[in-house]
Amino acid sequence: MARLLGPLLVSPALIVILLLFMVPLAASVIGAFEVEGTVGLGNFTKAYDFYRQDIVFTAVIVGLSTMLTGLLAIAIGGYLTLGENAAAVAILRWLYRWPMFIPFIVVGQILRTFLAKSGLFNSTLVALGFLDPLTATSYLDWRGVVVAFVWKQTPFVALMVAGAMASLDRGTIEAARNLGASRLRILIEIVVPQVTTTLLVGLVLSFVTMMGVLSVPLMINAQAPTMITADIAFRLSTYRDYGVANALGLISLAISAVAAWFYLRVNMRQSR
Amino acid sequence: MSAPSAFFAAPHSGFDSLRGFLWWVPRAAVLGTLAFVIFGPLANLLIWTVAERWYFPHALPIDYGFSYWGRVFAPRGNAVQSLIASISIALFTVAGSLALAIPAGYALARLKLPLRGLVLLAFLLPQAFPNLPVYVNIARLFYEIGLNGTVLGVVLVHVTHGLVYAVWIASAAFSAVDRDLELAARNLGASGLKGFADVTLPLAAPGLMASAIFVFLESLDEFTGSYFVGAPDVTTLPLLLYSAGAGGNYQIASITALLLLVPSIAFMLVVEKFLRADVLAKVGQ
Repeated sequence: MARLLGPLLVSPALIVILLLFMVPLAASVIGAFEVEGTVGLGNFTKAYDFYRQDIVFTAVIVGLSTMLTGLLAIAIGGYLTLGENAAAVAILRWLYRWPMFIPFIVVGQILRTFLAKSGLFNSTLVALGFLDPLTATSYLDWRGVVVAFVWKQTPFVALMVAGAMASLDRGTIEAARNLGASRLRILIEIVVPQVTTTLLVGLVLSFVTMMGVLSVPLMINAQAPTMITADIAFRLSTYRDYGVANALGLISLAISAVAAWFYLRVNMRQSR
Repeated sequence: MSAPSAFFAAPHSGFDSLRGFLWWVPRAAVLGTLAFVIFGPLANLLIWTVAERWYFPHALPIDYGFSYWGRVFAPRGNAVQSLIASISIALFTVAGSLALAIPAGYALARLKLPLRGLVLLAFLLPQAFPNLPVYVNIARLFYEIGLNGTVLGVVLVHVTHGLVYAVWIASAAFSAVDRDLELAARNLGASGLKGFADVTLPLAAPGLMASAIFVFLESLDEFTGSYFVGAPDVTTLPLLLYSAGAGGNYQIASITALLLLVPSIAFMLVVEKFLRADVLAKVGQ
């Protein structure tokens, strides 16, 4: 009885995951190969013919956003760890977390207004004299999507990275500092190599999250080329074409798998 | 980190204090830019909520007013219905997730479980894949069994998505409870169930509260699943925001966004009170 209690208590939750996650996931894989009742690659050739450009666009946009997120997270975490001015560190610590829990749908809406032609971003640049009002343009294309992703994901990765950096042994850092190493050099050569695993976990999670976001591309970049998620939604709402939608879904899973594989490879090399 | 720098700065000369002051120029520039990047978009949202008329090339609204607030909160307005739908779905989602996660979390923390690591990993899966392909197929499945466009359907999707937070945090919360206190209760004659209800559960309550808040917010903010499974019959706040924005009504969209923003930011400010370090350290173990 006691032996069975554990599995018994876990099983309801597991069944929910099985029925409402694993079964639909399997259905999406099977559905991708279903062409008019038989098995075939027709959906993939169609997806490639129609959405080749969007697939590349998605991979590039998400890759670029992940890279920028990583760089900013290292900069923020690095300053929180190595900064020598207590007031500046405290201000940064208070400041950087704000976007973390703001949902993507809200991020999409606020950046759609901020980055518009007459949004507050352009108005501020004009007021400061950096921009001529006549040449002002909207940023609501791939740039807006990248800004939205980086804006929302940086605090999350920075929080993880800063946590890992805070638990490092300070002895090496102080020693390097006493030997005259600059803080930038300490960050790049001592701190970052020791938090690579945490950084990569955060970045892979961010990459996967961005691959699945529908609201941001729909709200900020509603023109071609757009992201795979928007194509899937369009394929369903306009044609009820589950075959091509599932093929596109599988392609986005494959792109995420490449990111996860990259993470595992770096991680393995580290632990060896 | 501040101690050694204070030590080195101890012999204050006029030159040192000038140099220390001048360092604030680049610091203020960087922090100011960051503050603008973070609060600029939020300020833009706030302005839109009170803008009556605003179009290019005006840098600021032409008229200000609260007429859109009146429209949003009109007793029979869409927004009030969406707000009620969103909050009830979120509450049902919390109830469902906790009902599943408390037994599962307790088993993961305290009981013998074969393949424990694999079970923990299974709950992580919904976060480890892009969700959209899954929602598409849940919607297809729900359509066949009549769950599409129902509150129950949306709640089930949100529960699945929220289970990772619920189970992982619940398990961590139970792990952080001192085992000796449970044993003491048993020694004093309490049954296993009574010991759990009177000792373990109250001690784990702050952690469970944190997981409940997480799940509540995730449900409140969820867009993609609700879009495929709920729309157009069930309209949550994110769906209302989306359709208002798509229709060009930025005032309604911004007010809705603000309604979603307030709980998210409030949670960010208090999260550390609920998620104590000793619980946080046990997440995923």
